Amino acid sequence: MGSLTPDFRFGNFVGSVVWLVFVVLVLVTLLILPIIFFVLFYVPLPEVDGQVLTPYLFFSMMVDPSRTLPVIQFFMHLDIFRAAVFPGFAFAALIAAATIFVERKLLAKMQLRVGPLYAGKVEGIFQLLADGLKLLTKEIIVPSGADKPIFWLAPIAFVSTAAAVVALIPVASGWVVADVDVGLIAAFAILGFFPLIALLFSWASNSKYPFLGGLRALHQMIAFEIPFFLSAIPVVILSSSLNLSDIARSQTAFWNIFIMPINAFVFFISSLAELERIPFDLPEAESEIVAGWLTETSGMIYGLIQLGSYLKLYALAGLFVILFMGGWYGPQIFPQELIPGAHDSNLPLLQMLALDGLYNPVTVNSIFWFLIKTIVIIFLFLIIRGINPRIRIDILLHTGWYKLIVLTFINLFVVLMLIYGGVIGPGGMISAR
Amino acid sequence: MSNLDGIIDEAKKLSLQITKENEEDRLMTLSVGPQHPGSGHFRFTIKVDGDYIVFVDPDPGYVHRGHEKMCEYRNHFQNIPHLERPVIHDSCNITYSYSLAVEDLVGITVPRRGQFLRALASELNRLSYTLYWLAIYGIFLGHSTMFMWPAGDRELLIDLLERMSGQRITNAYNIPGGARADIPYNFKERCLSQVNYFEKRLNEYDDIFYNNPLLRQRTEGVGILSKEDAIRLGVTGSVLRASGVPFDVRKVEPYDIYDELDFKVQYMKTCDSFARAYVPMLDMRESCHIIRQIIDKMPESGPVREKLQFNIKNPPGETYKRVESGRGALGYHLVGDGSPKPYRVKASVGSFRNLLALPFLLTGSKLGDMPAVYWSLNYWPVEADR
Repeated sequence: MGSLTPDFRFGNFVGSVVWLVFVVLVLVTLLILPIIFFVLFYVPLPEVDGQVLTPYLFFSMMVDPSRTLPVIQFFMHLDIFRAAVFPGFAFAALIAAATIFVERKLLAKMQLRVGPLYAGKVEGIFQLLADGLKLLTKEIIVPSGADKPIFWLAPIAFVSTAAAVVALIPVASGWVVADVDVGLIAAFAILGFFPLIALLFSWASNSKYPFLGGLRALHQMIAFEIPFFLSAIPVVILSSSLNLSDIARSQTAFWNIFIMPINAFVFFISSLAELERIPFDLPEAESEIVAGWLTETSGMIYGLIQLGSYLKLYALAGLFVILFMGGWYGPQIFPQELIPGAHDSNLPLLQMLALDGLYNPVTVNSIFWFLIKTIVIIFLFLIIRGINPRIRIDILLHTGWYKLIVLTFINLFVVLMLIYGGVIGPGGMISAR
Repeated sequence: MSNLDGIIDEAKKLSLQITKENEEDRLMTLSVGPQHPGSGHFRFTIKVDGDYIVFVDPDPGYVHRGHEKMCEYRNHFQNIPHLERPVIHDSCNITYSYSLAVEDLVGITVPRRGQFLRALASELNRLSYTLYWLAIYGIFLGHSTMFMWPAGDRELLIDLLERMSGQRITNAYNIPGGARADIPYNFKERCLSQVNYFEKRLNEYDDIFYNNPLLRQRTEGVGILSKEDAIRLGVTGSVLRASGVPFDVRKVEPYDIYDELDFKVQYMKTCDSFARAYVPMLDMRESCHIIRQIIDKMPESGPVREKLQFNIKNPPGETYKRVESGRGALGYHLVGDGSPKPYRVKASVGSFRNLLALPFLLTGSKLGDMPAVYWSLNYWPVEADR
């Protein structure tokens, strides 16, 4: 039906359209075209292979795969690429996002529900995007009397600390952001920051429930970090290295989980407690202390903390794989050539893939197996949430102090016995070296 | 109220024993509810010393709606729909009690088929209510699957009730004189198949929830309410039966056709939170058994309702009738004065009786026990406030 305004005149309408086109044309010729011209031909790019490039030359090189490859390789071996994209933050954040979505769908299937359904055409695949946008648009409420600098800093510190753990996790031989010689100790040291951040944030938010939650987080850390460290000691003894890549390399003959299943179990349980997931989500127990130390979070502060906790989930699952499940080692399933006959192809893209240096079958295979194993561990973390209730704080402390520490020592002695018996370890019967 | 004050005084004395007089400052006062995720429409203030609760002050009354006074301005049929509002999940039992009181006061005999149908509706509603309660118990203990499963399976029973009464939850099915409507065609078969399926689901609840070692650790030996204390505090329903007292109004004062049915009063002697969580589960199995018997023994045809005059006059006098609801004995005291409207209606509800045990059980326990004890008391805040 007619929705024109009463003072609508067709001539005015045409006139305004013409005026608009005119303005756009003038703007394009006077401003945008010179800018594009300048950017394309005069902005220098970093020097690659002794050539000074401009964006125009760079784009023109895209046509020729043999010239593009050095550029891509140059970027891939930059430290900033490793830290920011792969295997650093963006890769881990992608896995974290996928974990959140899979967790929601998996729990929904366990609980005879549907789960996210409407955002995105297929099974609510864009639910996370929608949630993120919602959190971005929400107001961040800072409680009155809050310690503002700490209140704002804590979520950022939480995410960066989680990303720091991720930086230590190697996904393939040589593919790690920070290849530190004391990688394991560094990982444990960084993980020790989380309860402090929780306590600081809870103290800064000036409220009772967060305060109780922060105290609980601290108790939980003290009870579970000791078995957490102790469960990794036999691994270090066996591989005689603290470097995470070396620990993974030492497991070519057998996975550590077969020698020390009890320690793997203790490490898994301690990781659950470290992650504050059900059944150890006491710092966030909603029926007792509202939302624990997250009670006063809102908007993107909550979003950042969620992102951080799922980054941590990925990091701990990766650590488990490195320590106990042989890291990235697995049967070679990727072929030497990704696409057979690509050398002879005329398509530039296929030629590019066929060139040496970009597709390395060993690396791709390593990343594949590392991902598969990590995903299995993440699934185990997720399933636990669907079948267990929350446990009480005194039972939690009792579990940490009395049971898990004793269990780690049992397996430590077993491993030492096997090493001195000459079964495993350097020069042992089933050792790789 | 004097009884409640007594309990509070007792709790205060106990709290003074635990904390010395001048150390009040190191206690932290926590307000649980009415906006707390672990309380419902209800508030209680607790004082914690570290992780121990030293003082509990229940503060009901946030959803008081004055039902008893409202009853005095309406006749019996107008009273039915608003009386069931406090616990819409258990509406048939509330209206059952009121209808029994009205029939006793006016002197009506309900047709036999109507009696069976009322019992059937009340058993189905008891199942539906208990599932809802169980779902909330699950989420209070952090078990999200146990929240979703009963809430989903409740649909089976709600579907049956909808076929009987035309409404999903606020059924208004049991009215003075009998049942409001007859059951539809093919109802018996459907009811039997759904109840049989439901019984199988109960076994799965056992597997995922009640046999979980973490749940057992958390609820066993927590919030012990001994038999003597239970009787002294006057708790009722599943809380009383969990303390080892086999009291069930259906058995003790059988109403309608319950004396013809064969069922056991389920009770446990461990007196702890786990028993209070598990007795409703046993009750659900017993209810399934009762439903099958009702379907079996129900007359094939006949009137379901004694047709009453809309403005039926109450003879002067008073009566008190109670039934076993999802939360225990639920009774209505009715006073008539010769007019169509009741002179006075007084409800005695199980929720309020069970509330009295809350300060008694929580004082001295840990903060982590609070949800496990509080919701195991089978307390429905809206019903207690009325």
